[in-house]
This record gives sequence, structure tokens and C-alpha cells, in this order.
Amino acid sequence: MSENEVKDPRIDGIKTKIRVVPDFPKKGIMFQDITTLLLDPKAFKDTIDLFVERYRHMNISVVAGIEARGFIFGAPIALAIGAKFVPLRKPKKLPGEIIFEEYELEYGSDRLEMHVEAVDSGDRALVVDDLIATGGTLCAAMNLLRRVGAEVVECACVIELPELNGRERLEGKPLYVLVEYR
Amino acid sequence: MFAVENGLQGDPRLKAISDAIRVIPHFPKTGIMFQDITTLLLDPVAFKHVVDIFVDRYKHMNISLVAGVEARGFIFGPPIALAIGAKFVPLRKPGKLPGRVISEEYELEYGSDRLEMSVEAVKSDERALIIDDLVATGGTLSASINLLERAGAEVVECACVVGLPKFKGQCKLKGKPLYVLVEPREYDELTLYN
Repeated sequence: MSENEVKDPRIDGIKTKIRVVPDFPKKGIMFQDITTLLLDPKAFKDTIDLFVERYRHMNISVVAGIEARGFIFGAPIALAIGAKFVPLRKPKKLPGEIIFEEYELEYGSDRLEMHVEAVDSGDRALVVDDLIATGGTLCAAMNLLRRVGAEVVECACVIELPELNGRERLEGKPLYVLVEYR
Repeated sequence: MFAVENGLQGDPRLKAISDAIRVIPHFPKTGIMFQDITTLLLDPVAFKHVVDIFVDRYKHMNISLVAGVEARGFIFGPPIALAIGAKFVPLRKPGKLPGRVISEEYELEYGSDRLEMSVEAVKSDERALIIDDLVATGGTLSASINLLERAGAEVVECACVVGLPKFKGQCKLKGKPLYVLVEPREYDELTLYN
């Protein structure tokens, strides 16, 4: 969302439901806790509705949700717009044939996996996670989808931490967020 | 209790759901015929059938809380919660939830694991539904029931897409009813290409 757009009145209600927990999981991190949002059925519904209203006419054929909080938002969006839901998972959870993409953590690295047969070159994909910070995980997700030939239409998150410049890791792909935390 | 035992015998949606599940032999280890629901999620019609059947059952049961077991319970639980106007509470692996949590240990084949829940998620007089994709031993669901009861909620039912046949009839878990849509699929060569 740009600052020029009129803010949807549901956004403030959503923002107030997100709990910020200091020093979790370690000192210095202001953790954006969306579980409090999930405890408010109206705010949770508003969150999903905002995404569904945006994507229902964009011919999205697949919603890829990043484990685990991306599942909570991605699955309802997929159902509402009639798209496939594809879970992007931590290592060794998905059976069958997978491809993986490594991404950097603060210390070390991690991996995201996807079923190769789930998505193909005809697909228009939306990537969903609860939050974008550095953009490393979303970038890995986009790479997985692009490697099987899908077109990544947009990335969607409930929250963005703009100071971490995650947007720049998305190589020009658009990002849509509901709430910024500065 | 299975859906076919409770009014849905002959419902074509159940066959569509079962047909959409893929069986992977010997995953995660030899001897286990893994029921892979990811193929169900690739079929928007079948995925919607799952949610619709659960929503039809629970929408008039005054459920105020849907608890989903990490991680596949996070796929089925939220759509149900949203449709029936209940809150969604994630039951998570250790260390993922911030704030005050309670935790419950449960047995694995080798060793044990723990499930955590935020204490603030449960108010008084909550009527809870617990969701997971599959029930086998019932260990994870039993731990989930314990968490909710320790926080003061009443567990109304546990619901799974797939369940072993032993859960037919009035079989209960820790005294709580269990509702299951389909039995595990048999493995045959064809299911890999379904």
C-alpha cells in the first residue's frame, strides 16, 4: 500500500490486535505476535477479506504459504479465491519429490522445500507469510516457484518491518502488506 | 466416529476427499504408509468439501475456540474458525509462542515431544474444537486436550480429515468424541499419479 491510498478502516482494527513482545525470541527483537489477532474473529476475518478482495480477480491459480504462520493466512485466502494451496515447508516434512532453496539466517542457514509436482509453468502464484523482515524467506519462496516455471504475481504479508528493507530482496516483485511496524 | 456413520453415508464429497489424498509408502520410515494431504490442498473443490463438512457440523455447536495442531492443523483449522466465527488458537512446537505458555509432553515412538499453548488464548467458558489432519495413536490430540482443559476450556470434540479405523463407533480420546472424515487410503501404484 502507498501512503497516497486512503487507508481501509479495517486496517487500524487489525494493527491494534497485533501484540508486540519485546526481547523474543532473543534480546533486542520486538516480536510481532499475530496470535492475538487470531483471537479476534472479526479482525482475523477482516485480514483475510482484505487479501481476498485484492486477489480474487487477479487470476491467481496457486497460493504458496510459508510454514507455519503463512499456512494460517494462506489457506483461507486460497479457499476463498478458488486457488490451489501449496505449503512451503521446513526440511524433511514433505514426502515425495521435492526441490529446496537455502536461505541465510542471522547465524547459519535454513531451507525451504516444495513439492515439484504441485506447481508448474502455467501457474500464477501468490506467496503468503505473516511478516516480512529481511525478505530472505520470501526470496527463497519466490525462487522455488520460479524454478518450476510459475509466475510470482505478488508477495503478501500482514506485517512489514520496513527498516529491514525486505522489499529490496524481492527483485522487483510487488509486495502488499496491511500493517507497517517502525 | 466417522462421517459415514453419522449421516454422510453415500455423500460423494467423502469419496472426492479420499481420492485426493496421496499415499507415500515408507515415509518418514519403512513400514509407514504416509497419508499425504498436500494433494488434497491442490484440489480446491475437495479442500472446500473438507471445510464445508466440518463447518456444517460445528456451526451450531457454540464453538468459541478452534485449536489447530502445528503445522497441518494450521491449514484446516483457520478456515473452519473463520466460517463459524470462533477464535483460532495455534498449538505449537516448543519455543515458538511468545508470552506465557503452558506445555504438555507426549510420547513418540522413540522419545517424546511437547506442545505449547498461550495461556491468554483461553477465557472462561470456552467451548473448544481441536483440529489436526490425521489421528493415529492419538498422542498429539490427547496432549492438546490436556492443554485446553488445563486452561479451563471444555473440549467439545476433536476433528481430523483422516483417522485409523479403530476410531469408528463411539471411540473416544480421553473421554472426548472424535470426528473423522475418511479412513487411510491403501497404497497402490495408481495413487502416485492421481
